[in-house]
Amino acid sequence: MTSAGTSIHLPKTPTGIGGLDDLTLGGLPAGRPTLICGSAGCGKTLFGMTFLVNGVTKFDEAGVFMSFEERETDLAANVQSLGFDIGELVAKKKILIDYVRIERAEIEESGEYDLEGLFVRLGHAIDTIGAKRVVLDTVEALFSGLADSTILRAELRRLFGWLKDKGVTAIITAERGEGQLTRFGIEEYVSDCVVLLDNRVEEEVVTRRLRVIKYRGSAHGTNEYPFLIDDEGISVLPITSAGLGHAISDDAVPTGVKDLDAMLGIGGYFKGSSVLISGLAGTGKSTFGAAFAEAACKRGERCLYFAFEESPDQVVRNMRSVGIDLQPHLKSGYLKFEAARPSLYGFEMHLARMHRDIVQFDPAAIIVDPISAFRGPPTEIHATLVRLADICKTRGITTMFTSLSAIDEQMSESERSVSSLMDTWISLRDVEADGERNRILYLLKSRGMSHSKQVREYELSNDGIHMTQPYLGPEGVLTGAARMAQEAREREAEQELLELTEQRKRQMARKRDALERQIAEMRASLEEEESEVSKLLERQDKRKASAESDREAMARKRGGSRS
Amino acid sequence: MTERTGADDKAMEFNLRLYVAGQTPKSLTAIANLKKICEENLAGRYKLEVIDLVKTPQLAAGDQIVAIPTLVRRLPPPLKRMIGDLSNSEKVIVGLDLKPVGKGAP
Repeated sequence: MTSAGTSIHLPKTPTGIGGLDDLTLGGLPAGRPTLICGSAGCGKTLFGMTFLVNGVTKFDEAGVFMSFEERETDLAANVQSLGFDIGELVAKKKILIDYVRIERAEIEESGEYDLEGLFVRLGHAIDTIGAKRVVLDTVEALFSGLADSTILRAELRRLFGWLKDKGVTAIITAERGEGQLTRFGIEEYVSDCVVLLDNRVEEEVVTRRLRVIKYRGSAHGTNEYPFLIDDEGISVLPITSAGLGHAISDDAVPTGVKDLDAMLGIGGYFKGSSVLISGLAGTGKSTFGAAFAEAACKRGERCLYFAFEESPDQVVRNMRSVGIDLQPHLKSGYLKFEAARPSLYGFEMHLARMHRDIVQFDPAAIIVDPISAFRGPPTEIHATLVRLADICKTRGITTMFTSLSAIDEQMSESERSVSSLMDTWISLRDVEADGERNRILYLLKSRGMSHSKQVREYELSNDGIHMTQPYLGPEGVLTGAARMAQEAREREAEQELLELTEQRKRQMARKRDALERQIAEMRASLEEEESEVSKLLERQDKRKASAESDREAMARKRGGSRS
Repeated sequence: MTERTGADDKAMEFNLRLYVAGQTPKSLTAIANLKKICEENLAGRYKLEVIDLVKTPQLAAGDQIVAIPTLVRRLPPPLKRMIGDLSNSEKVIVGLDLKPVGKGAP
């Protein structure tokens, strides 16, 4: 017997049912009976059968199924739909089915009796195949077959004690009763572990839920957990167990749109973060999703695409028109689609399915397109998305949610409810002006990184998503033709200004030339004057000198007498 | 009272099986009670097998035995079952229709 989980005191028998073993911290109490109760159609029988089949296939423990309601052949046929081949396991002597038929009309009672016959049968069956697991489905049928309930109660008590002595892990199923767990109150005798299955209809959608009411000697998840039964068996989703203790990563994951990478400070989304892309109809939300998916697949990472509004083929075809070819990735197995109408199941069921798909496929990225397809009470939508985001964050999966915004309001219900959960929020908008519609984008937030605050215009062309520099002016953001016209206008104005400057420059040059000429002229006249003056001075000196010499000559002539 | 007929096993009109589990007081009471009822009502026309399920547990499933002791009337058809220690002989005679057929009232 395998004992697992964190509980050290109590040995446990794993059920092999995904999720249930987690929330019971290892499984059902080993060697003790467990009561599984629920109303008709809850899946009690399937639960029991899954317990046995998993016991054989996963843990190599043989099991006895004692059915009080269905024949062997009916049972085998019923569980065939879950992919269990009971016939084969029976032939291999791994599972033994004993159908106990009690027909009140065929039985007369006279005097005292006990249920030793049942004990003998069960004991014989257990010993024949060496069973470790036993399912009694539904033991309460005895009450309708036999009149003396006093004897029955005493015998059932003895039976459960006997099962414990045998050391087999038993599941006893019982019908849900009014005001008590089971119709005949047998929870009184099976007191170690009680699991309640529930099948509730809310807003025309059925959700199966499971709750561990009691588990003596062990901690267990106490909430109601959704579980599902489909072609892959039973799985329980202990989603509320997701906490905030997940490890985070500093790595960037490219968005698949080069220009968008550039807008994000680290060159992409954080690995394991949640990204919301919100926008009006036709703004290309899915295209951003597909671009991200394609990029992930190209890097050799698995990507899971939850499509709630389009079929996989439709997505592939539509994305081909913008140059994103998903087909090869589908073929190579890196991309997987899970398409379902949101109204097909309840939220819990969707979540349970998504969780199972995520666990099975183990993707690096998932795309949920769109979350706005979920209709219902905001609290439930919120709870669902919180848990989905938590699941993904815990597993380090980068998640992209798309959301359709309504035209008249800023945020739709689903957006408002998840906005605080999202690490990066890209808002896509429509701008309608001058007879055309253009798309703009901005980063509403991006936690933990610097990012562009700019509004950018983008185009969905046949080779992907491209962004153009937007015109940001005093009149606001201009896009499309208006942007081009504005840009043309600006170019013209600039040209004009340029020409004006040139003209001024030329004028200035001319003025300078004129002035310089004038200066030269003045300087020339000044020089002329100067030379005239110097000539005059020269002449004066000469005259002075000649006058001197004349006087000397005259003196000599006259003074010769003097000497 | 009918006469005991000397016919062999195959011709027995009544084929009865009593399932017990070990030599419990209840089992012993049932065996004694049944023998008495049979001798009084079906003398010579019945075959009685007592099956101890402690020795042959594999036989329990075949006759859909749940309670112990169980008396099964295999012949004549239809198959009838009676559970309990058969202390109420009147009920056994009526319930299993042990009154001799076509022989008139005693």
